Amino acid sequence: MTAAIEFRGISRVFGDVRAVDDVSFTIESGEFFAMLGPSGSGKTSCLRLVAGFDPPDRGQILLDGQDVSSVPPYDRNVNTVFQDYALFPHMSVLENVAYGPRVRGVDAATRTQRAREMLDLVQLGAQGERRPAQLSGGQRQRVALARALINHPKVLLLDEPLGALDLKLREEMQIELKGLQRRLGITFVYVTHDQGEALSMADRVAVFNKGKIEQLAAPRELYTQPGTAFVARFVGSANVAEGALARAINGSEKPFAIRAENVAVQSEAAPLAPNSVNAPGAVVAVQYHGAASRWQVKLDAGEVWSALITEDEARTLNGLAVGARVRLSWPREAAVMLRESPSSEPASSESASVS
Amino acid sequence: MTVRAASTFFYRRPNWYLALLLVPPLLWFGTVYLGSLFALLAQSFYRIDDFTAQIVREPTLATYKQLVTQPANVDIVLRTLIMAVAVTLACAIIALPIATYMARYARGRMKAFFYVGVMLPMWTSYLVKVYAWRLLLAKEGIIAWVTAKLGLTGLLEAALAAPGVGGPSLSSSYIGMFIVFVYMWLPFMILPMAAALERVPGSLLQASADLGARPAQTFRNVVLPLAVPGIAAGSVFTFSLTLGDYIIPSVVGAPGYFIGMMVYVQQGTAGNIPLAAAFSVVPIILIFAYLSIAKRFGAFDAL
Amino acid sequence: MRYNPNKPSVLLRVGAFAGLAFMHIPVFIIILYAFTTEDRTYQFPPPGFTLHWFEVAFGRADIWQSLWLSLGVAASATAIALVLGTLAAFALARARFSAKDSLTVLFVLPIALPGIITGIALLAAMKLARLDASFITIVAGHATFCTVIVYNNVIARLRRLPPSWVEASMDLGADGMQTLRYVLLPQVATAFLAGGMLAFALSFDEIIVTIFTAGKERTLPIWFFNELFRPRDRPVTNVVAVIVIAVTLIPIVLAYYLTRPDDEHETAR
Repeated sequence: MTAAIEFRGISRVFGDVRAVDDVSFTIESGEFFAMLGPSGSGKTSCLRLVAGFDPPDRGQILLDGQDVSSVPPYDRNVNTVFQDYALFPHMSVLENVAYGPRVRGVDAATRTQRAREMLDLVQLGAQGERRPAQLSGGQRQRVALARALINHPKVLLLDEPLGALDLKLREEMQIELKGLQRRLGITFVYVTHDQGEALSMADRVAVFNKGKIEQLAAPRELYTQPGTAFVARFVGSANVAEGALARAINGSEKPFAIRAENVAVQSEAAPLAPNSVNAPGAVVAVQYHGAASRWQVKLDAGEVWSALITEDEARTLNGLAVGARVRLSWPREAAVMLRESPSSEPASSESASVS
Repeated sequence: MTVRAASTFFYRRPNWYLALLLVPPLLWFGTVYLGSLFALLAQSFYRIDDFTAQIVREPTLATYKQLVTQPANVDIVLRTLIMAVAVTLACAIIALPIATYMARYARGRMKAFFYVGVMLPMWTSYLVKVYAWRLLLAKEGIIAWVTAKLGLTGLLEAALAAPGVGGPSLSSSYIGMFIVFVYMWLPFMILPMAAALERVPGSLLQASADLGARPAQTFRNVVLPLAVPGIAAGSVFTFSLTLGDYIIPSVVGAPGYFIGMMVYVQQGTAGNIPLAAAFSVVPIILIFAYLSIAKRFGAFDAL
Repeated sequence: MRYNPNKPSVLLRVGAFAGLAFMHIPVFIIILYAFTTEDRTYQFPPPGFTLHWFEVAFGRADIWQSLWLSLGVAASATAIALVLGTLAAFALARARFSAKDSLTVLFVLPIALPGIITGIALLAAMKLARLDASFITIVAGHATFCTVIVYNNVIARLRRLPPSWVEASMDLGADGMQTLRYVLLPQVATAFLAGGMLAFALSFDEIIVTIFTAGKERTLPIWFFNELFRPRDRPVTNVVAVIVIAVTLIPIVLAYYLTRPDDEHETAR
């Protein structure tokens, strides 16, 4: 079955900067696909390439198997929800939503009817006559959504749509969007820099860094089996050891990562657990987070690593406070071996933090 | 070809679209404006034949030589330059309280009132303003009446008798000219200054007071230096406007010529376009020089 | 007196208001003089008030002639300026190409350099091309700086438009023309109008460049300028001054209110 979207060898270059660097991947029809990464990583550039706002400098974009590299945005069956919503202030909410059908020549009565239906779908049925400036951020977001969906696109692109909303609203919208995608069955391509969002909503996530995709996998695999140091650090915050640090802890320079919740804190006197890897250090800070606490320990080997300790486990650590000598310990098989990624930081910067 | 197809055509070729948009204005500006400027430059390299009073169309430096060597001409340039500098200074000083009040103390309605109040005279017809001053400065005009009522006639006459700047009456003296220039360009100095002052964050003033500075010190050490780009920007206007003006010196005229007047007179009765052109190159050079100085004081960020 | 940083000193307040008054008094005087009964000197205070001079002014053929000429020149120059200025503004608003900076300077030069330079340059060109002064040369001069005014207004508005609006429109299926019609033009309309009105007022009031390009033609400002040295009929001159003030001030004030950022029509976020 043809993929909904296919990137073939796509590059986009601005002067010396490679915003997108020879990227190839596919997005399957009907999936909720997230593109995750820090700003400047290339995820938004890729989104714009699918929408048609920028042409690729090299490579092809295929929608449903057809090369659309030279097709303008208004001829693609793709619609976008913009980061700043881009609602037209001189039109009412209803007119905004009816814009798509209007420019396609649909008559006034039909398009108004369809617009009302879309507004009902996003629970804004009563707001049709108002202007965008009169609505709250969350409401405008939904208008943008309705406006993009009225054309029944095959693919919906969302460019960090929830960034401007406060936490509670954001979480509500995440659930709504996911539900909407399941009901409609459209392919969603969702750009975000928030890894929590990507993990909770997406079927598959592409992690971008410096114009390349470091890893493309389902959320669970991304979290438990990060492929590179960058992914390990960006998705959930893992402790990462590379180069000299890895050698000090493990005896070899092969990079690895260990999730904070898999790390136990032990007093130096406690017996060594079998088949474990250990790293001694001193407690720097303890941050209470309710259900768990995050213990920051400065390793003798140099870096500050964190361990996530539950309330139960913390009981055995009574008496250990800031400054105390402790040992971080984890089962050998809990560590994930990482491969060298082209954009991982050079080993020298790791040892620079050894003091 | 449908509109949509045409649209797509241009969407794929943004440079063609740009060219389509730019050709008419560029054509106009190229021929009418740039062409004229080049013609001006060309004319300055021609000369007037003393006998036939016709323009001799051969490149020569004779006209420039005439400009630079004849003491009367040099006087004209110096006189204009001095007036421009004096006007700039006066405008800066007078504008300061107005701009400071407008930017930092006036709020809401009062602020709008001040802004419109400064812009209205700026928008009023230039000629009408010059004419108004001519009436005001006349021997029987208002100023004479007010000074008489205040018993200051003696002072006025003493000022008018001052060598170099005085004259038979206010309306034909350098003092009068100076007053009119300052009046005309004041809004051009006030607005950039107010804009620059408004950009000074209140927290800076509070920090200064917190550290022990008295209001006058805060003003001198914090506000004034931050207002300099605005002053520089305003000064660009007052300087170049005074330098090139010919109407005000003719209407509120003292006997001495100014650059603008010289240009006007030379092209008029004397028909000496080359000399007029050469004279007009002077303000261009001076203004460019002033712009580079002003740029260093941050004027371009405050424009 | 306790130091209060939020209250200006009395000196400052007096200075500010006095300065403001200084800026307005001369024009008030002129308007006052248009109604005076005295017809020969600039006597103050004026002995009486009358509308007689308005009648006289409107009976003078030369005044009407100059008025029509000025209106015609202003209208023509504005029409040209609206077209050229808008084209230039659309071209340079979001474009990124190497010559952009030099073009920006070019489009600002006519008002950056003193009017006398533009005037004498146009005259130099006319002499070189052996062209006679006429309505066309006047309009040519005016249209040049009027274009700059329209360009400034339109490009300022275009630059405030978020680029995502154009993209959103195209994303939803509108091609270039439709986007222009439904999204861009409604937003640019006020700046376009304001630019046109400012250009009209500027052209109507223009004297510095016009003197060089008018030859024997007399626009209203030129008529006015000549009258400045005539010792009789001064109140009539004052009446013309009032007319000029009205015709130039009203469009400018309107343009100002049109271009103030209007929150409801400009923001949707």
